[in-house]
Amino acid sequence: MLLEQLINGITLGSIYAIIALGFTLVFGVLGIINMAHGEIFMFGAFMGIIVTSTLKWPLWAAFLVAIAVTAILGYMLERFALRPLRGKQGVSHLAPLISTIGVSILLENISHHLFGAGNHPFRNSFAEINFQIGSITVYLVQIIIFVISIILMMALSYWLLRTKAGKALRATAENLETASILGVNTKKIIILTVIIASAMGGIAGILVGMAFNSVNPQMGLSMGLKGLAIIILGGMGNVKGAMAGGLILGLSETFVVAYGDSGYRDAIAFIIIIIILLVRPQGIFGQKSAAEGR
Amino acid sequence: MKLLKVTGIETFYDKIQALKGISLEVEQGKIVTILGANGAGKTTTMKTIAGLLKPKKGKIEFLGEDITGLRPDQLLKKGIALVPEGRAILSSMTVYENLEMGAYQRNDKEVEQDIENVMKLFPILKERKTQLAGTLSGGQQQMLAIARAILSKPKLLLLDEPSMGLAPLIVTAIFKIIKEIKESGTTVLLVEQNAKQALKIADYGYVLETGKVIISGNAEDLLEDSRIVEAYLGKKSS
Ligand SMILES: Nc1ncnc2c1ncn2[C@@H]1O[C@H](COP(=O)(O)OP(=O)(O)OP(=O)(O)O)[C@@H](O)[C@H]1O
Ligand SMILES: [Mg+2]
Repeated sequence: MLLEQLINGITLGSIYAIIALGFTLVFGVLGIINMAHGEIFMFGAFMGIIVTSTLKWPLWAAFLVAIAVTAILGYMLERFALRPLRGKQGVSHLAPLISTIGVSILLENISHHLFGAGNHPFRNSFAEINFQIGSITVYLVQIIIFVISIILMMALSYWLLRTKAGKALRATAENLETASILGVNTKKIIILTVIIASAMGGIAGILVGMAFNSVNPQMGLSMGLKGLAIIILGGMGNVKGAMAGGLILGLSETFVVAYGDSGYRDAIAFIIIIIILLVRPQGIFGQKSAAEGR
Repeated sequence: MKLLKVTGIETFYDKIQALKGISLEVEQGKIVTILGANGAGKTTTMKTIAGLLKPKKGKIEFLGEDITGLRPDQLLKKGIALVPEGRAILSSMTVYENLEMGAYQRNDKEVEQDIENVMKLFPILKERKTQLAGTLSGGQQQMLAIARAILSKPKLLLLDEPSMGLAPLIVTAIFKIIKEIKESGTTVLLVEQNAKQALKIADYGYVLETGKVIISGNAEDLLEDSRIVEAYLGKKSS
């Protein structure tokens, strides 16, 4: 029982981590909270349904379509909602935040319109496949989710740490001006960041669809707020913090539901934020100075 | 040959005009220094040349080509590198990664070898190469910022107050390095408060006051110029 809950918690936590990574990348580079990230994630989830249920294509195709669609959404978000506000005199520093909130409402309405309200089941051929290991049951879906999340996190970490583009992204995140005098085309890096973050949201959308077997146009908001909670927990703009924070939230939610009251499930994230803000405002992995923005 | 030619640039911060028509020239292979009191517009001039600020009026030419209004990354490609005031090292990256970022635009095979070479020039950087750059001391950070800029193999190196806040011994070391950079064939435009030491290594100098060039001339002549001796060398002359 305990082990089973642990597996559930890790599965959920690894999805949360992927969502939070999207938030943290954008925050790191642009210094803004992308409130549309949850809705982009929701679009990814719907792409999964359309591809697997309506078109009856295989799961891998769903990932490709979701990545493509959310990457395009990310590009448009940057191009039309964020870039016009950047570097303009007299634009409030809250403007980009409001702008992303606007985009999130727009995307939610569009998805109502396109996909219809209410829950949509996410069917896949292997939903029921499971393994019995001793007394515990492990679902194939959980293994797939876990493996994909781990691969994604390792690939992102490797990319950020070892590749030229990844280093340019980190440099831009630390200081845009410095990166630009070192020869980084920071405009390109910003676009790249929003696209990568959005595509990760899209992948997470499919994973959530698989895990909960249900997708709806409102799911973006709660997931977005949880992602936000996680990056506050882990440290704003911090990649390791997003991963660890995701796991912590996934595990705590699972255990509260299993051993406590399932009604408090969604409150956990926010209880954790309040505690963290009181005890360690810069987050678990955040440095004090990182709280200053960039 | 003229490497850089700046003609009548005017740069604004919002409505505040920081540069009121600055013109200057930098000959290839020389060290040219810009002196001036706090707030004279030295940093603004450097940032405008490096593309971090766009001039409202005026023209900047590099090797005869109009480069006014280009982005910093485009200018670096043309051969203009800036070591900004306050160093601007990437503190959350390691010393080695900072050096790698210096060579960001290069794709040749010699990058690794060149990084080894600059670490020989600045042994402290080799010792600390896996350390986060933010943990270096001020002088070490300045060495890193200069080393990093050299790695882009610039034709023109812009140095904004490299000696600021450093102990006299380190200042002397930095000036020696600037001379070596010139001897290796890189042209240097140097902003300094340390007028005497700057003029000693420079070939030519400009003095700025409230956004204008008020004096210019050969460095030896400026060292003797009574106006400069009074305003900038007075206390420090030895
Ligand atoms: N970001 C800014 N916003 C508004 N005004 C500025 C800004 N930066 C500089 N200024 C103003 O522009 C003028 C020139 O500043 P600049 O930094 O170029 O001087 P400086 O010669 O480099 O001085 P210092 O020796 O102190 O570095 C000053 O009057 C300064 O107050
Ligand atoms: Mg200055």
